[in-house]
Amino acid sequence: MYSKEHLNFLNKLKKEKIIVTLFQILILVIFIVVWQILADFNIINTFIFSSPKKILDTIINLYNTKDLFSHIWVTVYETFLSFSIATILGTVIASILWWNKRVQKIIEPYLTILNSLPKVALGPIIIIWFGAGIKSIIVMALLISLIITIINVYEGFNSTNQNKIKLMKTLGATKHQIFFKLIFPNSLNTIISALKINVSMSLIGVIMGEFLVSKKGIGYLILYGSQVFNLSLVISGIFILCIVAALMYYIVSFIEKKVSRKS
Amino acid sequence: MDNVLEIKNLKKIYHTKERETLAVEDFTFNLKEGEFVAIVGPSGCGKSTILSVLCGLEEKSGGNIKLKEGAKIGYMLQQDSLFEWRNILDNCLLGLEINKNLNEETKEHVINLLNTYGLKDFIYSYPDNLSGGMRQRVALIRTLATNPDLLLMDEPFSALDYQSRLAISDDIYNILKKEKKTMIMITHDIAEAISVCSKVIVLSSRPAVIKSIYDIDLENRTTPINNRKDSKFSYYYDKIWKDIDFHV
Repeated sequence: MYSKEHLNFLNKLKKEKIIVTLFQILILVIFIVVWQILADFNIINTFIFSSPKKILDTIINLYNTKDLFSHIWVTVYETFLSFSIATILGTVIASILWWNKRVQKIIEPYLTILNSLPKVALGPIIIIWFGAGIKSIIVMALLISLIITIINVYEGFNSTNQNKIKLMKTLGATKHQIFFKLIFPNSLNTIISALKINVSMSLIGVIMGEFLVSKKGIGYLILYGSQVFNLSLVISGIFILCIVAALMYYIVSFIEKKVSRKS
Repeated sequence: MDNVLEIKNLKKIYHTKERETLAVEDFTFNLKEGEFVAIVGPSGCGKSTILSVLCGLEEKSGGNIKLKEGAKIGYMLQQDSLFEWRNILDNCLLGLEINKNLNEETKEHVINLLNTYGLKDFIYSYPDNLSGGMRQRVALIRTLATNPDLLLMDEPFSALDYQSRLAISDDIYNILKKEKKTMIMITHDIAEAISVCSKVIVLSSRPAVIKSIYDIDLENRTTPINNRKDSKFSYYYDKIWKDIDFHV
């Protein structure tokens, strides 16, 4: 059994957690309630600012016309696709750069420029090159997430302790062995935290892509809503996007916790 | 006794864009089987360079190194560099995996070493759960796993606190004697050199050349901790201390 002092300590921790959660929920509730009240008393124009009730109606309507989940699915699918491609391709390219320092040196300025370029500027070119479809959206998302993946994973590879590399050499390891027995497992944590950034990056890219070309997806929903001046639809889209983004983030965090180890 | 290693006129130059640096020059030395030799010298004089060249991590710029036919070299570094994601046994098997020598027999050998040298209960633990001294012992067993005849140790104890250092130097001494290994050790600690090794090479400051070689002739040579109490210990300590160019 724990001592009285320890129980006190645990109690304190618990209390703190309850308070934090309570206020987190409270903020949301107050926000929604105030918004609704302002709308009900016509203090804000619901045509421009919409209202929680209208948003709920819009979402229910979307659900009833069976559009809700098909839009969500399209966005999630595109995000997942570009996320997977970016992660795998990024890790492979980072490995090549680690393997061949000369290639890395040659390619470095291009990577830096591509990384600092606002990718949305490439939008018009992408549409012309890849057509008004899912291809353009994936390319857009890839442009945003791939470069940052390469840079992060490569840095992870390079931050491997020099003494460990020296150790591998004293044991007579080949470059191949150094990579697969040391560099890669050592960077696993970095790669997984790159995934976390990646999932948000991919989502940003997908929404940007959907703004540019799509006929389906949450990004399309938002853009369409603004074009027909249905602000309730726009805000509903944003709201759905918030939930999707949060879910994706927590799924990756969960995987991170499962896979990563202390180091 | 046979020579395990014969080094003749070893020379090492480092090249950078700005300059070349002569690190080691005219290093000639023969190492007999079963001998423990310490190399001491002012810091930055090129002690580690010698070991790096001997073990093939760096290319020599001149001279000759002759290793006895079939003899293998093992290198133990200052940091234990254990892999956090491998348990103790897997850490120790690393060298065997790399040399593709891992089989039931060699694995058994490593497990025996771990059992014999006080790590029995930690075979499946992870490095995080071990003390600094124990980690260093694991590092030694990792080095011994490939069954080297000659061990090169680069300040093997310097990352440890003083108490653990004394204890582990006794440990490692006993292990190496029992396994009948030959050893070259780099250290900046004169007391450690005298207490562990029967020969001490003093190097000059850069470029490192051999200044003098001491045969440590103690009254009663036993384990390192006891050797520190030997009547002739302070005599050698004094002599070597005066011999090293210390620049503070």
